[in-house]
Amino acid sequence: MWGLGYNAALVATGAGLLGAAAGITGSFLVLRKRALVSDAIAHATLPGIALAFLVMVALGGDGRSLAGLLMGSALSAWLGLLCVGWLTHATRLSEDAAIGAVLSVFFGFGILLLTVIQSLNLGRQAGLETFLLGATAGMLYSDALTIAIGGGLATLAALVLRRPMLTAAFDPGYAIATGLDVRRVDLAMMGLVMAITVIGIKIVGLVLIVAMVILPPVTARFWSDRGNRVVLIAGIMGGLTGLVGALISATAPNLPTGPIIVLTGSAGFALSLLIAPRRGLLATVLGQHRYQRQVHLRQGLLALAHGHPVYERFTLRLLIRAGLANPDGTATETGRAAAARALLDESRWQVLRADPAQEIAASHYDGLRPIETVLTPDQIAQIDARLAPRPLT
Amino acid sequence: MIGAEFVALSLPPILIGCLAAIACAIPGNFLLLRRQALIGDAISHVVLPGIVVGFLVTRTVSTWPMMLGAGGAAIVAVLLIESIRRAGRLEPGAAMGVVFSTMFAGGVLLLEQSDTSSVHLDVQHALYGNLESLIWLDATGWASLLDAQALAGLPPELPRMAITCLIVTGVTALLWRPLKLSTFDEGFARALGLPVRALSLALVIMAAMAAVAAFDAVGSIIVIAMFICPPAAARLMTDRLAHQVWLSVGFATLSAILGYVLAGYGPLWLGFDDSVSAAGMIATVSGLILALAAGFGPRRAPRSA
Repeated sequence: MWGLGYNAALVATGAGLLGAAAGITGSFLVLRKRALVSDAIAHATLPGIALAFLVMVALGGDGRSLAGLLMGSALSAWLGLLCVGWLTHATRLSEDAAIGAVLSVFFGFGILLLTVIQSLNLGRQAGLETFLLGATAGMLYSDALTIAIGGGLATLAALVLRRPMLTAAFDPGYAIATGLDVRRVDLAMMGLVMAITVIGIKIVGLVLIVAMVILPPVTARFWSDRGNRVVLIAGIMGGLTGLVGALISATAPNLPTGPIIVLTGSAGFALSLLIAPRRGLLATVLGQHRYQRQVHLRQGLLALAHGHPVYERFTLRLLIRAGLANPDGTATETGRAAAARALLDESRWQVLRADPAQEIAASHYDGLRPIETVLTPDQIAQIDARLAPRPLT
Repeated sequence: MIGAEFVALSLPPILIGCLAAIACAIPGNFLLLRRQALIGDAISHVVLPGIVVGFLVTRTVSTWPMMLGAGGAAIVAVLLIESIRRAGRLEPGAAMGVVFSTMFAGGVLLLEQSDTSSVHLDVQHALYGNLESLIWLDATGWASLLDAQALAGLPPELPRMAITCLIVTGVTALLWRPLKLSTFDEGFARALGLPVRALSLALVIMAAMAAVAAFDAVGSIIVIAMFICPPAAARLMTDRLAHQVWLSVGFATLSAILGYVLAGYGPLWLGFDDSVSAAGMIATVSGLILALAAGFGPRRAPRSA
């Protein structure tokens, strides 16, 4: 693949698949506002890895079979999840405290077991430390296959359970009311994230796998407000992150795969935070400025309509630039017409807002919105009829 | 076991472990009640890039630049989390996850990129420290505790950790009432005119300081565990804040002593030659204490029950 070495191509494919699967399953977790549960899951895998190694060695095996280690990590991650659930439901501790407690204790116990393995002097170094930060140098075809199959299955399950998981994420109360068993949906969600974590620790490492689960969804959230689309974008984003990150790390030595993948994802996040339409920082700032200009222009026009000259500098500059006012603060020809229109609009709004029967329509009043966008021409004609009987002179 | 060897090899690490545990547990109480427990987790992750940057700037493995770097990184992380949370309208957990995983990844990358192989700086050390190596070579027995010359040879982590612990305790005692008020009823505290935001920042800075100093001595696992487990266990034992803080100090001390002794001597009792990771054992013991409190603590029931 593009002149890459066999290992690099294998790692890039695996990382891409893993990223896509992690992005999709992570979306539900992030939308459910429980992003950091994945961190607890990831750290809770360590004792399982160490125990699985010990058991495999005790049974006379090599102890380094990836499938066996992953099985062990899944078991202890599941136990960690149960502990988080137990501490949250059976005691008065909040979920974040439960997450922190499980994360640190399981991880500490895992480190303890690693030193036990070291002191047993089994002759062959277990190399289990590579699970902390991931290691892709010696990735085998069978490892990539494990990741591909596991990731595919998790993605498939996530797509099947998409509806209930989104409902539970967006509105748990409604989900319960419609007869959905939210606890079981949550459990399924956590199970999927756990599966992704377990197959991902080989590449990214258990300290950083949380980034692959969180970053794509929070990035995707900037680009859409629709649940299904967030899931889709997060999947694409995660896949790209994994692929691009793995390729970058293959270009030079000293570029560890896991951290590079995470930093690629962070770059995507930072970019989205800046430039995403509507929710991005740039869009927010531009929107605020546009709003400010509109308010100043409107107030200036109303002042002109009442025959007051405009003194406020910013307003005057806006009016002059729009060709509505002269530098001395008086209205131009077009300015007078625009001012009359603004005054008419404002008067119509005042009639509307004075009418209790029109409360809902009147609630759209913000001092800027033209009344034509809220009412039909017929309704405006009715208002104008009420405006008309001015005292005749 | 309680002889000259104990004073030289086990007393300093046990003391350092206790001081580190206490320094983390005290601010942990307030973080726990404010539902910011994971700030401690985030801080201990970003300490790594902090010390690496401190090392790269000064090119020496001296303590102060690294601790300054770590403290700086902690404060940058807290500010970043807050601004990303606001700018991106994210839940605090997600914002935290984004920031600390990014900064940690950056730290690992910097470490790989720079030539730090010659110095004692690696990820493993950052994660689980090396409590066992903090020995006091000048000690010849209990009498050395009164010998000024021998005392000068104490591992420098001990006085540093003692000062940190003293500062944390002092600040907590000094700010006790305002901290308590703003933790339990922020609106009321604000109505009284207390600087709620400044208090919250002071708490985070205090936590960062404890984390950085403790991290230097014992690694980040103990830091995270001590921020959360002893206060959480204490919370399940009592309704009174003062009792909770004292209990958490007791649990932290118990975890440190029991953990160190079990790790250092446990394997020998079982007939093995080597000791196991003290940091891991201390975290494990604190977890067991929490599990006992969650199973039998008198105030363990959820609010609704």
